[in-house]
Order: sequence, then C-alpha cells, then structure tokens
Amino acid sequence: MSTRLAAKGQLIDRSKPIAFTFNGNRFVGYQGDTLASALLANGQTLVGRSFKYHRPRGIVASGAEEPNALVNLGSGSRFEPNQRATTTELFEGLEAKSQNHWPSLEFDFGAINAKLSRFLPAGFYYKTFIHPRAAWKHIFEPVIRQSAGLGAAPSKPDADRYEHFYAYVDVLIVGGGMAGLTAALEAGKAGAKVLLVEQTSQFGGRSLVDGDAIDGAPVDEWIAQTLNALEAMPNVTLRKRMMGTGVYDHGYALAYERVADHLPGADLPRHRLWRIRARQIIAATGAVERPLAFAGNDIPGVMLAGAVRDYVSLYGVSPGDRTVIVTNNDDAYRTAIALREAGLDVPAIIDARNMSTGALADQARALGIRVEVGRGVGKVLGGKAVTGVAISPQAGEGAVIETIECECIAMSGGWSPVVHLWSHCGGKLTWNEELAHFRPDPERPPTSADGKGFVICAGSASGALLSDECLADAFDAGRKAAGSCGFEPEDSVAPQTDAIAEQFLEPVWIMPQGADISLRSKAFLDYQNDVKVSDVQLAAREGYESVEHTKRYTTLGMATDQGKLSNINGLAILADALNAPIPAVGTTTFRPPYTPISMGSIAGEARGALFKPTRKTAMDGWHAENGAHWEPVGDWRRPYTFQRAGESISASVTREILNTRKNVGLLDASTLGKLLVKGPDAAKFLDLLYTNMMSSLKPGRCRYGLMCNENGFLFDDGVVARIDEQTFLCHTTSGGSDNVHGWMEEWLQTEWWDMQVYVANMTEQFAQVAVVGPHARKVLEKLGGMDVSKEALPFMGFADGELAGIPARAYRISFSGELSYEIAVPATRGLEFWQACLAAGAEFGMQPYGTEALHVMRAEKGFIMIGDETDGTVIPQDLNLGWAVSKKKEDFIGKRAQERSYLTAPDRKQLVGLLTEDPKTVLPDGAHAVEGPPQDNGFASAIGHVTSTYYSPSLDRSIAMALIKGGSGRMGDTLEFPVSKDVTIRAKIVDPVFFDKEGERQNV
Amino acid sequence: MSEATSETVDISRLSERGMITVRGDLTSVDLQYQLTSLAGVDMPSEREAKVEDGRGLVWMSPDEVLMVLPKSDVEGVLGTFRETLGAIHHLAVDVSDARAVFELKGPKWREVIAKGAPVDLSPKAFALGQMRRTRLGQVAVAFWMTEPDTAELVCFASLAEFVSNWLKMAAKAGSFPDYLKEYKNDA
Repeated sequence: MSTRLAAKGQLIDRSKPIAFTFNGNRFVGYQGDTLASALLANGQTLVGRSFKYHRPRGIVASGAEEPNALVNLGSGSRFEPNQRATTTELFEGLEAKSQNHWPSLEFDFGAINAKLSRFLPAGFYYKTFIHPRAAWKHIFEPVIRQSAGLGAAPSKPDADRYEHFYAYVDVLIVGGGMAGLTAALEAGKAGAKVLLVEQTSQFGGRSLVDGDAIDGAPVDEWIAQTLNALEAMPNVTLRKRMMGTGVYDHGYALAYERVADHLPGADLPRHRLWRIRARQIIAATGAVERPLAFAGNDIPGVMLAGAVRDYVSLYGVSPGDRTVIVTNNDDAYRTAIALREAGLDVPAIIDARNMSTGALADQARALGIRVEVGRGVGKVLGGKAVTGVAISPQAGEGAVIETIECECIAMSGGWSPVVHLWSHCGGKLTWNEELAHFRPDPERPPTSADGKGFVICAGSASGALLSDECLADAFDAGRKAAGSCGFEPEDSVAPQTDAIAEQFLEPVWIMPQGADISLRSKAFLDYQNDVKVSDVQLAAREGYESVEHTKRYTTLGMATDQGKLSNINGLAILADALNAPIPAVGTTTFRPPYTPISMGSIAGEARGALFKPTRKTAMDGWHAENGAHWEPVGDWRRPYTFQRAGESISASVTREILNTRKNVGLLDASTLGKLLVKGPDAAKFLDLLYTNMMSSLKPGRCRYGLMCNENGFLFDDGVVARIDEQTFLCHTTSGGSDNVHGWMEEWLQTEWWDMQVYVANMTEQFAQVAVVGPHARKVLEKLGGMDVSKEALPFMGFADGELAGIPARAYRISFSGELSYEIAVPATRGLEFWQACLAAGAEFGMQPYGTEALHVMRAEKGFIMIGDETDGTVIPQDLNLGWAVSKKKEDFIGKRAQERSYLTAPDRKQLVGLLTEDPKTVLPDGAHAVEGPPQDNGFASAIGHVTSTYYSPSLDRSIAMALIKGGSGRMGDTLEFPVSKDVTIRAKIVDPVFFDKEGERQNV
Repeated sequence: MSEATSETVDISRLSERGMITVRGDLTSVDLQYQLTSLAGVDMPSEREAKVEDGRGLVWMSPDEVLMVLPKSDVEGVLGTFRETLGAIHHLAVDVSDARAVFELKGPKWREVIAKGAPVDLSPKAFALGQMRRTRLGQVAVAFWMTEPDTAELVCFASLAEFVSNWLKMAAKAGSFPDYLKEYKNDA
C-alpha cells in the first residue's frame, strides 16, 4: 500500500494540512499536493474503473499524460467530470469521486466485461451490431451509449465565469523546465518580448527530481537564480498554471490559464484562454515516459518509473514498501536509487537488456540492489492491487523463473519527446533509432506566411534527453528564436552540467518478446480506451495497414489523453505485425488541445446576457414594459405582438390588426436599414444596383426598389427616397442592412471605384415609427408642426419638418395598405416621440402593434417578404414584380442573368394567392402542392409550395401565398396540398392581392 | 463616479458626445483645412486619433474620418461643411445618435479591452494618438486613448447595453491578467 513518507517532498508544506474527500471518505493531504499524490499518500491506489472492461485502475503517471486517474470533481454547479488527479492541485474541501463503475469502485458489476473480453475484441461493435439494421437505432445504440463514457455530465449551470485575453509577443515559450528557462533567458537577454508559460504550479520541470548541478550550483539554486534573472527583465513574463494547448497558422497559439481552479469560490475568472500571436514559438514541452507492454501492466500499483520517483521526491509519497523496477534503459535506475535513498525496498531491477553496465547501474549495484538482465515481466500478480511479479526470460514465451512479492512495479520503456505543439501546424518528425522515439525534424518545421519555420523545439522536446544536451539545445533555441525576430543574441555560453552518461536503450515493445495470446490480451497499450497488444495485432491481421485506420478501428489513442502513453508502443506493435519498419508506419495526427480544456474557457464571457449581442431600438424598454412578446429579427429583438393580460398571442395579433384597419396602429420600424448614398454618381450607381430606375426619381419622392445579385435572384427590397439631386436614402430589410451596405461598398471599392459615391449606414441614427390606419393623419395633425395633408404630403412622398417639437422626416409609405406615415426622428428622441404618438392617438383608439400584425397585413395586400417569398432562387418576375424591373436600362446587376433561358421559362414557379375551400383551414407554411400521376416513388409531382399563410382577421378567412409552377396562368384552378397521410387540403389559385385591390385605403 | 485606482476601471457612457462621419478624399487640402480648423487638431494619419478635450478627428478608413465634438456643435459644423465644401464631393452626416461612446478610466483599461479585441495593447504598440477599428468579443467597436490612463470606445447605439455589460464584466475587480503592465516602463 502506498503511504506518506516521513521525509522528502520538496513541493509540499507539511505545516498546512488540507482536508478532502474521495468517494465520500475523508482524507488529509498537504498544501502543494496534487490530488493524485494526496490519494497515494492516503493509501488509495485504486482510483477508477476502465472504460470498456471496467478493470480496476490506479495512478500511472504524475503529470498531464495520466490516462487512468480521472475523477468527477466538485458538486452541484461546480461539478466537472474527467478531471485528471495528477494535474489537480489539492484545495481545502475538494470533493472527488471515481468514475465508470456501478454500484461501487470496489465492486463493479461492469467488470463482467473483462470476463467476456475475448468476445469483445477490436471492431466488436462494428461486427456485431450490424443486423438487423433497425436495431442499431432503437436497441444497440441506446444501450451502448448508456454503458459508454467515463464521468457524469454536469446537471447544473456552471457557477464560474471565464474569459479570453489577447497577447502579442516575439517569443512564446511553452514549458518552464530547465529548457524553457534557458531559452527564455537567451531570448530575453537579446531583447525579445517573451512570454513563458508553465502548466504546473512550479517551474523546473523534471530537473526538480532528476537535475544535476548546473554551472556548479545545485539545480534548485540554479532555477531560483534563473527565475530572478528573468523576473528582472521587463520584456519577459513568466506565468504558471498555464498550458500551451495548441499552435495554429501564422504563429497563433492558445494557452489555457487555470486562474482559480485551486481557489474555488474566489471571485475570479476560473479559466482564461489566452489567444496569442507569437513571431516564434519555442516548445520546451519535455518528454513523456513510455510504459512497457506486459500482462497485467494496468493493475493498480504498476506505474511509470519516472512518476514513482516524482511521488517520492516531490510529494514525499511511497508507492509501496517494495518496488520492482522493469526497464529497457538506464533512466529507470534513478528510480531504484531514489527509492533506496528514501529507505524503501527495491527487491530487483528487471532489465530486458542482455547487459547493464552504465554508471547508473553501477551506482544501483553499489547500493546492493539486485539487477537481473535479459529478464522481463511474465505477468503481474494481483487484482485490485499489485501483490507481486512473475519474472520470465525476455527472449522467451513467459515461463516463470521466479516470483517476487512487491506492491509497486516501476516500468520504463524509454522516453518520447512531447512533439504535439510542433506537430499541430505541420511540423514533421523523424525516427531516432537509438532512443526508439520520434523527434522533431528541425529541417521540416511548421511554416508561417513567409515560408519560414515558426516553431522550435527545445531540450528533451527536441530529443535531447540528457541534461547537458538538453541545456545546449535550449540555449540555441532561445537564441535562434530571438534572432528570427530580429534581435541580436548576446555573447554567452550555454549552462554547463555534468550529465551521467547512459548506456543505450533496447527497444522492447512486448514483454516477454514471445508472449502468447493469453499474455498479450492482458498487456495494455492504451489504458484509457482499454486497447491491448492483441487488439492491434488483430487489426493488422484483418487488413488495417494504415496507422490512422488502425487507430479508429481499435480506438488506440482516441481517448482524452490522445494516446500520450500508447502512441509509440501501439504503432511499434502494428509495425511488427505488418513486418514494416516503424518510421514506415508513421504516427497519427496530433491535434489541439494538448490536454482537454474546459468548455467554459472556449466560450469565454459569451454566456447568459453576453451569449449573443442583441440589438435594441430606442423604444425597446417601453416595449418590454408593455407586454412585448419578442421575436428575433436579424440581431434585433422586435415585439411580435403586445400581449394584454389574459390574452392569447393569436388573439393579441388579431386585435392589433383589426384595430389598425379600423382606427390607428403604431409600429416600431426603427430596425429597417437606412443607407445614405451620396455623390455626383449616386443616381447612376443606384440604377445599377436596383432593378428599377432610380435616376428618374424626383427629390421629395419615394420609390419601392428591388435588389438582385449577379445571378438575377432577388435578395433585398425597400423604399428609396431621393433627398436631393445627389443624395438618396435607401431603406433595406431589417436583417439585410449590413449585408446591403457591404454589397454597396464592395461594388464601389472593387468594380466601380471610379464612381463618385459615398455610402453611410444611418440605420441607427434614426428611430422610425409607423403611424398606420384611417386616423393616422389626425394623430399627426394633433402632434402638430408640419403639414401632413394629402396635398402637401401625397402617397410616396416625404417631407422634412417637426412633429411634437421633434425634428422629423415623414415618409408617406404603406406596407399595410392603410393610410400610413413612417416618421424618422433622431434615435435619442425616439422614445419621446413614440410616447407622444400614443398620447395623441389615445382618443383615436391607437394601439401599438408588432411584427406579426405587420406580416399578416402585408400578406392581405399581397406584398412580398424577403425570406418568405424569396429563398435565393426567386427572381422578381416570379413574384409578379416584373413592373419593377426596368426594360429601358442598359444594365443593372442581374439583368443579363435574368435573360438566361431557365429564368425566362414561362413555367417557372410564380407567386399566386390561395384560398382554401374551407375558409377556416389555414394551410401549413411550406406545404407542397402536388399534381399528376404517381411517380416511381409513389408520390405525385410537387409543383410548388406555400410561402406565407395566415388567418386573415380583416377578411375573416384563411389566406396564403404560394410559388406554383406556371401559377400566373392558372387562376381559378384548384390545387391539392397533402399535409398528412389522410389529410389533403384543397385551395383555389387567386390573385395574391386579397384586400383592397384598388388601393383606395392608402391613397386618402 | 468613484476615483479610478490602479486596480479599477471606471466605465461611463458619454451621452453628450457628438459625432460626424465624414467621407471624402482625405488628401484634399480644402477638406483637410475644414476638418482640422473645425476640430482644432491636426489631421490624423492611418489608425490615428487626434482627440483633445472631447473634440478631434479619428481616422476610420482611407476615405473616412469621424469628427468628435460636443453634441450641441454638430448642427453648426454640418452647416459650415455645407457652405464651404459644397463643390467638393464628400459626405458628412450626424451619427451622434447612431453610436454609443464609453469612457474607460484607469490604468487597467488596456486589459479590459484586450479581453475582447485582437489588438496588441501593450503601451509600446498602442499609445496615445492611436486608434483601432476592430471588434470587442462579438461586436464591432473602435477605440482610442484620450489620456495615458483613459480610453474611449464607440459601438453601435443598439448594442450599448450589451457593450456596457460586457465592459463591466471584463473590468471586475481582481480579474485582470496583470500582463500589459509589464511593458509599461519600457514603452
């Protein structure tokens, strides 16, 4: 059993105990512990159940590479699943629960899967759940989904807040170990603006445990000196608890700062996602130790050798009284030495190599540690914890020579550089035969816009594993990065250290090398996704030759750890099965983020009220207080209707329509786009933009206009007012104003740059209020200030003046068919004007109305709505708007397109009105009209669809508009709209103008 | 309004600010003369803002400047433009009501904006006299400095409430990364 040692633990403060719970059990750790070290200190070696077979799992690693120790952390609104115990700093009151078991961690019913494992090989789901087809959706998938997944989903909204931050640097350095610090020092001294980020809460990296003296000083002193030097540089920033998560094009990088994970409840943003532009990025991300593949290598107590000495040295934690070391390299001997120095027993070092003669081996032997060469693990003994290890000849098939009792097995298969950041943006790798790992190929870096590399790996991340090589490499990296940014590195020499020479490593991908199937099917490669040696071999036998396909078939490396431990081992097994060299098989693709980051940090501040910008008019507050039922229109929110107490939405809409037609209504039309177009060529420009003629418009008059794209399709409409000879105000749809503005600028800037025209988007300068209905003129007359008579302000005219003491421009335009004025006033006086209208209109029965009443009234008049009657494939002629398409103009956008045969065909879908046979039946929006004999598919041909459909209060019957093939020539025909299996609605084609065909009401 | 300390940023809306959008040939001597004499500042170059005591010129694009001035002066200035620039092709309109202006006061204003704007706001890269037309989170904004520890930010008026909430959230005490100060002294 693991426990806390009486001595050691350079990161913990034994004077500060911290209480926490694991599965409800109360434990105590110390300030400086990670959750993982605190669990081990409390003897908790079993921390979870595996994903597929529900095997008991323990802590394997001590850092970001940990695959097993994922916990549900926190509760309620601070609950988060799949948190890595090895990267979770301990805090007072921390609550952790293990994952993926039922009913308990100790007894897990799902462990039956392990007994069935020979029936659940790679590809099991694909092979088994194919037939019958329907069963997948209704039986297999729901059951599999139920049993899959690790942590639980949060059930409450997140209590914390998050944010982004933009930073610009010359050199971004990821990793605060001795390589990162050395590189920072060089780049900083050269004058570059440097940001160094370290994912843990302390600088130093592996050198805290393994470091040799640097420049004559003990490594901790050297780190302290270096940090002092860096902190004194105004151009260098050091940040802890911040992980470089991804590298993207052109030196863009993301870094994930865990501001308050260790301070829950503090009034701070929990995470901050840094969006960094760096001219050069140095990845000083270190290396990750590889596990060895032997039977039972996932039993709690089997750990990485480096992690074992981390727990001893950094946290004063013993992984067990007796630790057997299993290795193929010299580095693991450090663990044996560290354990022995801590007073713990190391019964044996099992070295797969045939000889072990390095300096570290000599040192271990001198301490009296037994070293067995040419040996491997036959299998691990134990269930929920290691109880011993069976030793076999590495060259054999697993015959047991000897059994050794132990509580911990420290394994090392060598070290692989962390090449993720190098690879994210396309940096290439090269296979290092000697160290059996892929390292960055400096000749093929990820390149920026100038074609030059912008990522440099430093230290062990570039494959320089020994401390002297590591420092020299990092020193060069820092200088190179600064030099690439145009800074002159100072004359200096790399820090010196006396690294212990190491004997060569011998690649070992399976232990023992002739392990039979019973052993291979217990030898795990990917702990998190339960992928074994036998699974990869099966995939190869079944023809999966590409590493990418094998990955997906077996799920190797597809878990949240992205195969940090399994990648190289898995592809070595694949290469062996394919009888191909490892570099020929290649690696899978590394993708950001390096380790999972919170969804909150990605969203940043954009949640709740800040989730989406909502544009509000000057009268928005009044609407909110007066029963507005909202509707989103573009980015605006607009009142759909103004509901009264006890009134349904449809009753409210009906009331507003009838009142507007009978008395007078008030509409907030401020959201309409208002583009001011000015210049000597303004009229010429608008003639090209609109399908109809605008140059012939007289100042003081308005004209309805249509805009088409180059393909002739209608995309926006609105009323254009000519202010003076050179100035026009173009109204656009509410959702289209930015789009049309951009459209105008694009033509002016890229095609017609010689035209003398300027455009300004005046949409928000004015609040616009429509006063609509038979009493509209009386209301305005009562407000007073300008002549709004028929003579002074005729239909489709406008006039500037003053109403109710407010500067106003009154347009005599109508979208409802009623006598109607749209009044534009300065936006800051919009509310004042709105209220003045209501006060003046009270005696005439004025009521405000919303967008739905507007829609119904325009449909009663047969007016089209962009987005209802148009869908990007409709030309004006389809909508009976041919009258607004000039025949006289030499050109306009869309003209030539509209002459194409398909667009001039007489049987195009054309706008018609529809009257259902039963006047109470309202056609569903989008309903299809069908006609003719059944086709091969058993259905009659669709000949068109409903575009707008309402119950018209003004006519007391249903009305609809539709686009029907050749519809203009089919007045009086009755069409069939099958709307369900049994129901077909019949409707007669009529003229789409249902109400006041002569237009008498608006022209009074 | 509380006195801004080093750890707070006071955010207030300047509702009496007037703004005129002027589009035209910014190299025209006549236009430059009118703009600079009416605003009382020099002509701004690309990405520059010349604003003193609530009056000045902000470069917006190669053919657009924003004149800022007290709201009460807008009508008069527009009248002067009409009289003096009638022969020159230009566009000058009152956009005072179309925009909202916020003042951010306090040395940490840079870090408030850097939470949403992809702009290098280190004092070395962004100093008094500079402007940026960019975005803040999801919305379009422009901003410039008026004093060493004060900046003005404009957005569309319809988004004033959203931007105000955004700024207040970003400016919450204690929530600053404390990053941009690092370079203050070597600016």
